[in-house]
Amino acid sequence: MLDDFFVRALIAGIGIAVMAGPLGCFVIWRRMAYFGDTMAHSALLGVALSLLLELNLMLSVFIVAAVVSVLLLFLQRRGALSTDALLGILSHSALSFGLVIVAFMTWVRIDLVGFLFGDILAVSESDIDIIWGGGILVIFAIVYLWRPLLASTVNPELAEAEGLNPERTRLFFMLLMALVIAIAMKIVGILLITSLLIIPAATARRFSTSPEVMAVLASVIGALAVTGGLFGSLHWDTPSGPSIVVAAVGLFVLSLLPIGRRPMEAAHHSTPGGHR
Amino acid sequence: MLNFRSPETLPLVNLSNAGVRRNGRWLVRGVEFSISPGEIVTLIGPNGSGKSTTAKAAIGVLKPDEGHVERKPGLKVGYVPQKLAVDWTLPLTVERLMTLTGPLKGREIEEALSATGVLHLAKAEVQHLSGGEFQRALLARAIARKPDLLVLDEPVQGVDFSGEIALYELIKQIRNRTGCGILLISHDLHIVMAETDTVVCLNGHVCCRGTPQAVSQSPEYQKLFGRRAASTLAVYSHHHDHTHLPDGRVLHADGSITEHCFPGDGHHHDDEENVHDHGEDCGCGHHTRLHGYDVKEKRDA
Repeated sequence: MLDDFFVRALIAGIGIAVMAGPLGCFVIWRRMAYFGDTMAHSALLGVALSLLLELNLMLSVFIVAAVVSVLLLFLQRRGALSTDALLGILSHSALSFGLVIVAFMTWVRIDLVGFLFGDILAVSESDIDIIWGGGILVIFAIVYLWRPLLASTVNPELAEAEGLNPERTRLFFMLLMALVIAIAMKIVGILLITSLLIIPAATARRFSTSPEVMAVLASVIGALAVTGGLFGSLHWDTPSGPSIVVAAVGLFVLSLLPIGRRPMEAAHHSTPGGHR
Repeated sequence: MLNFRSPETLPLVNLSNAGVRRNGRWLVRGVEFSISPGEIVTLIGPNGSGKSTTAKAAIGVLKPDEGHVERKPGLKVGYVPQKLAVDWTLPLTVERLMTLTGPLKGREIEEALSATGVLHLAKAEVQHLSGGEFQRALLARAIARKPDLLVLDEPVQGVDFSGEIALYELIKQIRNRTGCGILLISHDLHIVMAETDTVVCLNGHVCCRGTPQAVSQSPEYQKLFGRRAASTLAVYSHHHDHTHLPDGRVLHADGSITEHCFPGDGHHHDDEENVHDHGEDCGCGHHTRLHGYDVKEKRDA
């Protein structure tokens, strides 16, 4: 059954959605969407370096994404420019360096569109092993780090004062992001990875009563979007990444419709005064 | 009344000549005080005087750039920060907020929430609370974990006057029941909790320290605040012998001007005379006039 490229893409895509769900929740809670984008864009530099130095593709992408995030931390500490200006510089310079290096390597032919927007034909059986192996690792790490991650998201100083270690947690979080980007790149594509992190989490928000519920729901919604998107991609012969994002946005728009609003939420909206 | 202080009790935290520097500027320096079990220390001072910085240095969130901060090994801290904004994308009920930094039993959560009077809001999302309700929820969270040291950075901000009295009474009860030490930052320059053992007045350094006078002893304040408030609040009356000029320099009482003020710069306590006239020109904004509670002076509120 795994011979079928479509089934392979489906299994891989669902694996990615499951690990992207909880991580994506933290990306929106911590307002790190642009940061995720920057790490994802740096993946193309990772692709170029892997071809140049003949390294493993995922390893090379992971290392470059991790280095870029550490570089950002270092530049933030120097405090000369605002974070979003730094992110803009890092994001586009990593992407451009990647494209320039690829252009110089006239002896290799790479499917640039496949890297940028995802390619369901590219998933091999060993990719599935890596995706599910990595996915289980990511889920275990998030469960293990859940309390310090959540506490330092609410307030890092509070977490620090009460004996949790927000600095170390933040570092682990960035490594997990780099790992997910390296794994997800083939299916969703470099330019669209962040949307698989953010859109399912944002969709899950309205139906969630606790952070834990939101994390699980984001995984489920992500898996639905991947399934819908891949079927669309197969049917209309569209690139897999954009098709998945279109499906995710469709679910997000549905979540905005005022159907099935929870009674508690409705009560809060109708309470006159007293609430901000 | 319970008294937890004894000579052999080790202080929970001890700051000696502690200073914190950021971007080449001393936020605060030369800070000396210690908190023992059962003791309440209140920090006062104008905006930017280093109150929060001092509290953060005391609990280890900030590392001191000079001097020493010693904490009892294994010290368990309960912290209510001055500002805490929960992003609306994070679905967090009051109940879930309680176990943010460590697990608690259902009974412990319930007890803490009912002690601060917000048990009925347990299922509400924190983003829907008013400022005062949120402060009570944060206080409940800090006390539920039964800390050795409770650090409250302006815990009564956004709470109305009778709520403020109720919270101070609650803080007193917590201290009497559990014997924890309390570091309290007051948003008010002169009015502190009556139970305060030591008031430390900061303005980039320790301007002065002392014990507050119970408001209940002053008929004027009793009239102003009412009997119940008067037994809970205290007044710390003091003024300083130097003025902080707008450009950061310091004008001393003898007319000399220096770049900084020094830890040794003194203070005048109005120990003998409660009513005093202090000029408007005191830049510290610290002076107290007992014959009227001047709202204009509440710059820090």
